[in-house]
Amino acid sequence: MSTKIPYYPGCTLKSTAKNFEDTAKLVASKFDIEFEELAKWICCGAVYGLSSDNVMHKVAPVRNMLRVKKAGGERMVVLCSMCYNTLKRANLYVRKNKDKLDVINAIMYLENATYDGSVKVQHFLEILRDEVGYSNIKKEVKKPLKGLNVAAYYGCLLLRPKEVAIDNVESPTVMEDIVKLLGAKVVNLPVKTECCGSYQTVSQKDIIADRTYLILNTAREMGADVLITSCPLCHFNLDRRQDIAKERHHDFEFMPILYFTQLMALAFGFEEEKLGFEPHFVDPRPALKERGLL
Amino acid sequence: MAEKPRIGVFVCHCGLNIAGVVDVKRVAEEAKKLDGVVFSTTYVFMCSEPGQKVVENAIKEHKLNGVVIANCSPSLHEKTFRNAAARAGLNPYRVEIANIREQVSWPHEHEPEIATRKAIAVVRATVERVKNNMTYIPYEVPVTKAVLIIGGGIAGIQAALDVADAGYEVYLVEKSPTIGGKMLFLSETFPTLDCPQCIETPKMTDVSQHPNIHLMTYSEVESVEGYLGNFNVKIKRKASYVDFDKCTGCTDCLRVCPVKAPNEFDRGLTKRGAIYMANEQAVPLVAVVDEKYCIEVNFQKRVKAGKVKPREKPVCSKCVEVCEADAINLLESNEKIVEVKVGAIIVATGFELMDMKKLPEYGGGEVPDVIDALAFERLLAPSGPTAGVPKRPSDGKIPKSVVFVSCAGSRDPEHGVAYCSRVCCMYLAKQAMLYKHAVPDGRAYNFYIDIRSNGKGYEEFVQRVREEGDLIYLRGKVSKIFRKGDKVVVWGADTLTGQKVEIETDLVVLATAMVPPPEIKKLAAKLRIPTDEYGWLSEAHLKLRPLETVTAGIFIAGAAQFPKDITDTVSQASGAAAKVLTMFSQPKLKREPIVAEVDTEICAGCGLCKEQCAYDAIRIDEKKNISVVNEALCEGCGACAAVCPSGAMRLRNLTKKQVIEMIEVLTENY
Amino acid sequence: MSELKVTESNLEKVDEVIRISGQNIYSCYQCGKCTSGCPSAGLMDIVPSQAMKFLQLGEVEKVSESNTPWVCLSCFICSVRCPKGIDIAAIMEALRLMKLRTNFDYVHPNKIQEEEREILPPIAFVSAFRKMTP
Ligand code: SF4
Ligand code: SF4
Repeated sequence: MSTKIPYYPGCTLKSTAKNFEDTAKLVASKFDIEFEELAKWICCGAVYGLSSDNVMHKVAPVRNMLRVKKAGGERMVVLCSMCYNTLKRANLYVRKNKDKLDVINAIMYLENATYDGSVKVQHFLEILRDEVGYSNIKKEVKKPLKGLNVAAYYGCLLLRPKEVAIDNVESPTVMEDIVKLLGAKVVNLPVKTECCGSYQTVSQKDIIADRTYLILNTAREMGADVLITSCPLCHFNLDRRQDIAKERHHDFEFMPILYFTQLMALAFGFEEEKLGFEPHFVDPRPALKERGLL
Repeated sequence: MAEKPRIGVFVCHCGLNIAGVVDVKRVAEEAKKLDGVVFSTTYVFMCSEPGQKVVENAIKEHKLNGVVIANCSPSLHEKTFRNAAARAGLNPYRVEIANIREQVSWPHEHEPEIATRKAIAVVRATVERVKNNMTYIPYEVPVTKAVLIIGGGIAGIQAALDVADAGYEVYLVEKSPTIGGKMLFLSETFPTLDCPQCIETPKMTDVSQHPNIHLMTYSEVESVEGYLGNFNVKIKRKASYVDFDKCTGCTDCLRVCPVKAPNEFDRGLTKRGAIYMANEQAVPLVAVVDEKYCIEVNFQKRVKAGKVKPREKPVCSKCVEVCEADAINLLESNEKIVEVKVGAIIVATGFELMDMKKLPEYGGGEVPDVIDALAFERLLAPSGPTAGVPKRPSDGKIPKSVVFVSCAGSRDPEHGVAYCSRVCCMYLAKQAMLYKHAVPDGRAYNFYIDIRSNGKGYEEFVQRVREEGDLIYLRGKVSKIFRKGDKVVVWGADTLTGQKVEIETDLVVLATAMVPPPEIKKLAAKLRIPTDEYGWLSEAHLKLRPLETVTAGIFIAGAAQFPKDITDTVSQASGAAAKVLTMFSQPKLKREPIVAEVDTEICAGCGLCKEQCAYDAIRIDEKKNISVVNEALCEGCGACAAVCPSGAMRLRNLTKKQVIEMIEVLTENY
Repeated sequence: MSELKVTESNLEKVDEVIRISGQNIYSCYQCGKCTSGCPSAGLMDIVPSQAMKFLQLGEVEKVSESNTPWVCLSCFICSVRCPKGIDIAAIMEALRLMKLRTNFDYVHPNKIQEEEREILPPIAFVSAFRKMTP
């Protein structure tokens, strides 16, 4: 019997991070988990509004949660770190501020239903760790990733602020734990919770390039071949901005950036065509081929 | 009060503390209108000599039989005015305080009218209470002239020597195998740069040789019963498997033990055997066997538990074989309970350092070359594992640069420690200086938020060290520390220049926060003394009774109360000793008579009161089926009276009748 | 060089920052930990801890006219590490909002290059416009 979990994709998982969604579904299928895409989802706003005098930015995330509830769901799984953070924080906010929840419900009157803060927002990594369990993940490994040195990068929004952290705020280990199960070697990345530069990628690319340099250069120094992440924006920044990083820092060396689900799907034995390596700026295939993993 | 009430009300201005908010004149006028009040007045400082005279004179002149002082908290001046009343010939227990400062003028600073009305209400309620106050006479209890001192650090040592020198017996209980405490870890002490070997070890020897001091190392307080002047204490002498009387301290056994356990006397930087001595300066200079690590002891335990079969030959008996004094016996635990009787107790249990695990952004104790300051003391100490030239834990190299990080957990409410640990600024300056002496071409950086050097010679010391050592002081709290290759990277800032700073260094020393030892909560419960929100022992009054606890006969000294340097610790220890000696100078001790009493006619012996009593002052007389209050133990808190379903239990001068009448007055207008 | 004048009317402007951010700026004791960890501190005209101090002194404009709120990454490193539990990132947001609410654009869609528009992920646009346009 398969478990169906209401799934919130968010805009990017349907466009530039389609390969993240596809591989996550492949991974989930191994554990009989079916992502049941929310019928009428809307953009959550990507960032959580930090002002205390404006609830408008919280309406969109709450509306999505209300729709989960309306469809009879009690929880929702999210892949994108940004969406996860926005939804989870909005949810905690309305749980804590009943008066604001009333206002938001009033704004959403056309939904013909009211939200109560009851939906549980979960990141896929939490489900893999807490529900699937490490021993079951290990069982599915068909092609151990021998000889691959992997650095796990978390960025900001899976961990901060504390109340939404999926793991220890300063020293998370969930991705490393999974990497170990896949048979790869974990490389400790001291800057794994540093910011990639986030939305500044739109207008101030140099910021991102320097962040990319710091993170990837450190990963390189620690001996990593590839770096994994769970955020489509981090992925874009760390992958796509490597060209500017190279322009600005001559000792910079390119490094492939993968979604953790791509790495899992690879170890679970899915064929190369399903892993979605084409859109990558820095092609991971040579590095994987070199180690006999493709 | 059988006679007609003749009550005087005295309203204190407390300078502007009260009068700045409360209309004290109006309070006094309103008081005069009250039934039973025959006199009322105000005075600018009632607690001053002339103020007390005002009270005394009024008592005599108006033949007062009850007095209400409207002023500050009773914990400050209740005694003052009770003594004044006694001088004027009035029973001191006819005096009550109406607190119109802490409970009125301070919290209602911005609402004078409300404050004044509240002050009037509080005074009226207290007048009602005093009308029913009775005359009581203090109890006298005998006193056992011996003291128990818990903790053998510099505080316990000083207090022990002071009391013992005055001719009284001292039981000094220390949990570790040697006395000396944290001071014994230190390289040198600021600002005078004395080494503890020179200034502390002589005192330790004095302790061990003093005829009046019974030294009990490797021991813990098991239980405490009794009261002021008459405590019965059970002390557990932990299983050491070594006969301290026979052990000569030859150290032969230490050399043969195959076990490698972390040596806590070097902050885990070195290893020791299962049988070990703290160090060469240990007092007493004897070995102990650490049960947790000894192969043979653990084998014997499993034999006793029936898990393995006994063997003919011991599994390991290396130490026993080499001990010429025949002092070791691994087959039988020598744990025993010793009972002593004492009249007073001094708690001098000191401090611990915050576990680096609590600071994940600083590496969480996982980076080998990030160490705490006590570990660095060991690396700087001539008697330490590196003979005074620091070598870093990871690879034994001499660090060419060291970053010192202040406030690692201190002044940091988000890490649970809002207070300043008070000694770190000073010892970091000292450590930087000693490091420069040991490694002249080394570079020392110090991240600080504020330099706190408020002691005699302290500021001069810091300035001198900064000038002479070419130290780089950076004003900013460090945000992140991590390992990169064989270096440690520190991300800090200098807020004075407004710059973020990154330093790659060989070694980082964290001035981790001073925190109470983890066992303190349990010990405090045994002693029935309170701790503050952090676990430091609470003093009876921060300003005026800093060495006393609220439990009569139990005193505190040193860092057990709050972080302190050695100077303050030693002063406090002598102070606590003086308090004990004052007690011992009296043939009998006086106890407050304001305690609980049982109406034996009504009491049904249900025992609810006994459960409530935090001081173990109540027992149930099985024959008569009533509860009995031990007046010497009772601290007069009233918990029993509040819980008594029949009203049989009552607190003197705060009976149910009095409480209800006070409430009635206070709620009249609602 | 300008001189700092602490005036009542300036201090009142800070109340707006406090109101929007919901943070007590006066609890900052200038430890500097926010600056130590801030990934953008090196680019800022005024580093986060200085920004807190300027705000305490009533100099809202000094901070909101600087590049500081606009090179902030909303990474929350400062907020999770502040020993006083101040959400500095929310204060940066308040400073941005005060400016944006005067109908000010920090990024403009037209200024983004054609090829960038093709490759940027939607969350990049949405978050950047959320943070830096009215
Ligand atoms: S970390 Fe907090 S307390 Fe320290 S300077 Fe920054 S805002 Fe102020
Ligand atoms: S949220 Fe902004 S100010 Fe705070 S650390 Fe991140 S970039 Fe710096």
